[in-house]
Amino acid sequence: MKRVILGLMLIVGFGSAELQAHAFLERADPAVGSTVQASPGEVTVLFTEKIEQALSSVQVFDASGKEVDRHDVHLDRPNHAMLHVSLSPLQAGSYKVVWRVVSVDTHVTNGSFSFRVVR
Amino acid sequence: MKTSHLLLLFTFLGTGWTYAHGFAGARFFPATLSTDDPFVNDELSLPTVSSIVTPDEGGTRDTEVAIDIAKRITPNFGIELGESVINLKPSNESSQTGFGNLEMGAKYEFFENDEHEAMVSLGAGVEVGGTGNKRVDADSFTTWAPALFFGKGFGDLPDTVPFLKPVAVTGLVGVAIPTSASTRTVELYEATGEREADIERHPDVLEWGFALEYSIIYLQEQVKDIGLRPPFDRLIPLVEFAFETPLNRGQQGLTTGTVNPGVIWSGKYFQVGAEAMIPVNSRTGNDVGFIAQLHFYLDDLFPHTLGRPLFGGKK
Repeated sequence: MKRVILGLMLIVGFGSAELQAHAFLERADPAVGSTVQASPGEVTVLFTEKIEQALSSVQVFDASGKEVDRHDVHLDRPNHAMLHVSLSPLQAGSYKVVWRVVSVDTHVTNGSFSFRVVR
Repeated sequence: MKTSHLLLLFTFLGTGWTYAHGFAGARFFPATLSTDDPFVNDELSLPTVSSIVTPDEGGTRDTEVAIDIAKRITPNFGIELGESVINLKPSNESSQTGFGNLEMGAKYEFFENDEHEAMVSLGAGVEVGGTGNKRVDADSFTTWAPALFFGKGFGDLPDTVPFLKPVAVTGLVGVAIPTSASTRTVELYEATGEREADIERHPDVLEWGFALEYSIIYLQEQVKDIGLRPPFDRLIPLVEFAFETPLNRGQQGLTTGTVNPGVIWSGKYFQVGAEAMIPVNSRTGNDVGFIAQLHFYLDDLFPHTLGRPLFGGKK
């Protein structure tokens, strides 16, 4: 039994080079659930995996449900795990960031978070 | 082509991208250790180690090392296979080691609601009698166990209670149905030459349990970045409740079970988990046991080969 377990662990350990996985949100700016003092120029979302930009989206909505981003989601040049979307000037209030991404191995993940702007 | 054929085709081919294990909308559910979860996965538990003292023969330490593998046939239907090595050590007696019975199962996820982070599956397991060793009490008869599995995340709670949103529950309700109502054994006493027959009755057993989880992953990803960084940002504290209640054959209502507080750490390709096993009554035991597991996400490890459904996933 020990040999079977060791063999299977070796297969799992060495048989899977160059791996990708589900992309989780690692960090965002503005941060998840944060309050900022001025209108941010963009929202940046860093994921745990490289992203397929053409199949991924980041949208920002105000409290009334109106989209306030500039529809220009793009990958960070040096870091393909990071997405940027620029924003129109934001008034004080609560905003919701909705993301859906496809990592380069085709796994889909999605989620949302909020941040507040105060002046 | 008939409409029914088209529907069948869409069932098998209609899934574009790979969602896979433990997701319902924005919710990631880890694989639980003591109660089976509702997901149809490509996953490998290698190994699951548990140890607890049962009341059998005045107190017997039951230590098990198990391996389980699950494979998706379609995105919503999968099969499972499990085997274990069991060591029984009665107090004041020598220990016995052997294989438990082979366990097989199938599961079909028939409902998923991403907005409400909910899913429900139907499954059936079978413990194949006679495939294990009698010296570790492996049954000589087969037991069937149909069950209903469910999972629900609470990310849809109102924003007034944000810190409850990372809570989730998974659970199951099923019935284990032995194919033999009783087993008759005859013991010969050499001193007297007398024989004594013993009849052990095998009731149908209601198997029920649930896992209550609090996901730090969900908290920091969806609710509030509280500044936890690796490895603490991947923790999921949980409490599992695993119970068995015989339904007939003179043992009805004699529930046994454990309450298992613990924690799971979920990485990119695997998770590790450990829980204490606290008996709920003296029928279950009097000492705290433990269960620990190393669990691999095959869909993340081998996304283009072993870790995808045989039919219906994107090539």
